Amino acid sequence: MWPDGSQPARLPLFSDPVGFAMANALSRRAFLAGVATLPLMRPADAGDSLTFEQLYDKITVLGLSFSDKVKALAGKTVSIRGFMAPPLKAEAKFFVLTEIPMSICPFCDSDSDWPSNIVVVYIDDKTTFLPPSKLIEVTGTLEVGSWTDPETGFVSQLRLVHSSFETV
Amino acid sequence: MRTLLLALAASTALIGTAGAATVYPLDRATILAGSPFDFKVEFDGSVKAEDVKIAINGADYKAALGGEVEFIASEKGKDDVDLGSAVLLRGAKIDKAGAYTLEVSAGDQKKSVTWDVYATPETPKAKNVIFLLGDGLSVAHRTAARLMSKGMTEGKANGRLAMDDLDHMAFIGTSSTHSIATDSANTMSAYMTGHKSRVNALGVYADRTPATMDDPKVETIAEALRRTTKKSIGVVTTSEIEDATPAAVVSHTRKRDEKAAIVGMFYDVKPEVVLGGGSAYFLAKDVPGSKRKDDKDYIKLFQEAGYTLATDKDELQKAAGSDKILGLFHTGNMDTQLDRAFLKKGTVGKFPNQPGLVEMTQVALDQLSKNEDGFFLMVEAASIDKMSHPMDWERAIVDTIEFDKAIAVARKFQESHPDTLIVVTGDHTHGVSVIGTIDDDKPGTEMREKVGTYDDAGFPNYEDKDADGYPDNVDVSRRLAIFANNYPDHYETFRPKLDNPFQPAVKSESGAYVANEAYKDVPGAVFVQGNLPKSADTAVHAVDDVVLQAAGPGAEGFKGYMEQSDVYKVLADTLAIGAKQ
Ligand SMILES: [Zn+2]
Repeated sequence: MWPDGSQPARLPLFSDPVGFAMANALSRRAFLAGVATLPLMRPADAGDSLTFEQLYDKITVLGLSFSDKVKALAGKTVSIRGFMAPPLKAEAKFFVLTEIPMSICPFCDSDSDWPSNIVVVYIDDKTTFLPPSKLIEVTGTLEVGSWTDPETGFVSQLRLVHSSFETV
Repeated sequence: MRTLLLALAASTALIGTAGAATVYPLDRATILAGSPFDFKVEFDGSVKAEDVKIAINGADYKAALGGEVEFIASEKGKDDVDLGSAVLLRGAKIDKAGAYTLEVSAGDQKKSVTWDVYATPETPKAKNVIFLLGDGLSVAHRTAARLMSKGMTEGKANGRLAMDDLDHMAFIGTSSTHSIATDSANTMSAYMTGHKSRVNALGVYADRTPATMDDPKVETIAEALRRTTKKSIGVVTTSEIEDATPAAVVSHTRKRDEKAAIVGMFYDVKPEVVLGGGSAYFLAKDVPGSKRKDDKDYIKLFQEAGYTLATDKDELQKAAGSDKILGLFHTGNMDTQLDRAFLKKGTVGKFPNQPGLVEMTQVALDQLSKNEDGFFLMVEAASIDKMSHPMDWERAIVDTIEFDKAIAVARKFQESHPDTLIVVTGDHTHGVSVIGTIDDDKPGTEMREKVGTYDDAGFPNYEDKDADGYPDNVDVSRRLAIFANNYPDHYETFRPKLDNPFQPAVKSESGAYVANEAYKDVPGAVFVQGNLPKSADTAVHAVDDVVLQAAGPGAEGFKGYMEQSDVYKVLADTLAIGAKQ
């Protein structure tokens, strides 16, 4: 695991002036208040939670197999904690949630590639993005199985759709 | 008279800049006689088909190239923008060695290039070639590996690396066709085809169209061996097998990240031994863990083609006797030797039984040497580069030691098979140097004051009590001080990263890479302001020459300064690839 516990001392401002943007530069309390005024960002009804470790019961060279817990939660509201990878575009309808922070951007760097146990998160509205070093909790409806994003061709095995997220 | 000459010079200069056609292969290309290549001319703007004139050595080109070009009235760029006319001949071929001057014109556009077509001797000097490549291998990696593995007393190394005893050497220029700087795709492609190309390109010249699969191809060494010999081919790496370096043995694409297509290119050539990581691109897209976008199951396809599959160390040992081996030991890049063998970090928890480069090299040699016609084996130590980018020097150096042990296996093989040429080289370098030691016992708390230079560096205190060639512990109290000369913003911790590979910088929401705060609170860590653009996530490749070393028949071909593409000619000469065997 990455020693991610420490909070960044210099928090750069976000580009979006009303979203998570300013909030991050403010105190924790102000930050939470800011979230409360933005219904979009509020987590959906708390469902079951999943960890990256619980996603697959077997990780092998010949493929991964979904855990029974994942299969049982398909179609249900689920929360997963992870890190937001650098996005494909500054504004996009989905982002990739990873177990450890991605310092590199496989979307933009031909030298790097995704880990195999990613979760793709779809949000209903476009959003700006968080630094990949920040732990977030995403809540959404779990979709299980191979699916190709029609706009980008990005193939995913696990998705959270109609999602919302907050920093932890 | 004087006035007239000046006027002529001016008009020539105008044609040179405004109306220049581009010819592939480029001027001064070196081409193996009889090897197929794509010939393309890109005109600046539209020209008429009937205006295009091509002559080779003053005669019609068709006889020399063995075919007729197709005229493309308008090539399309991004958003359908018109790029101009072109002519293209796929699979051209020149059988006779010599200088070929090609003159192309269309209207007022003129271009002249000269190719050096070379033949090889009729008889090979060696039966086998083992080409060992340390990705990013720089002089500092060698020095650090020797110091860490063998130790030093009173200024003399206490032992020699296997690579220290290769008796021929050359400096290799690694620059690409469009830049002095370079990456693992075009560099390895130059070694494996004899043609330089552009960053990210494999087995092709980089043309102007955006498509990644239509660029003018040149023949890879694997294809040449299939065309003229009955030799076996092996590709061994610690990265994904589709990564640029191993891919260059067989591939043609403008973009190295076409990894799903590259698996298909391996399948087309079918090297007898394929060992590495990257199984995700072999799995059909509905299999969790797959990175393909189609339903092709290449595991099954390779098995149906007679390959024995191995997915871990034990299965590799069991597969060792079989005719063809596909060994895939990780869905992505394999872990470093420091993680695999010692720290058990990285992804070793998920893939605990990965073989190392030494075992993979041994299995490959045992299998390939069964072919009485000989073999070509490429072995890559991929993580020397993958760990030098994030400046994780301990992981990079321990992998250099592992690489050296693979070289020792090759040298041992050469003792009993003296008809074997061994080449050891890097594909490009990194901006890295060993500058002394870091001594925790120096006074004070500030870590930079513990950096020992000149007389104060002394000698590091690594120990190797079990004599396995690896330091028992990399985190000793007086360790090597290794620094990069280029970097993004990061925290310098002056210590090995025992938890997981170093991630110096992370992307901020503005898109800039900023120092990874995870290292801020490491005792003694200091913030280092980057000297690269803020878009750089890690340290970059250096333009410095690579040192190539070789031993065995044919090794005398390596000397002085050589372009990376010239290395191919020595390999072709040694194996007499130009002659049908
Ligand atoms: Zn590199």
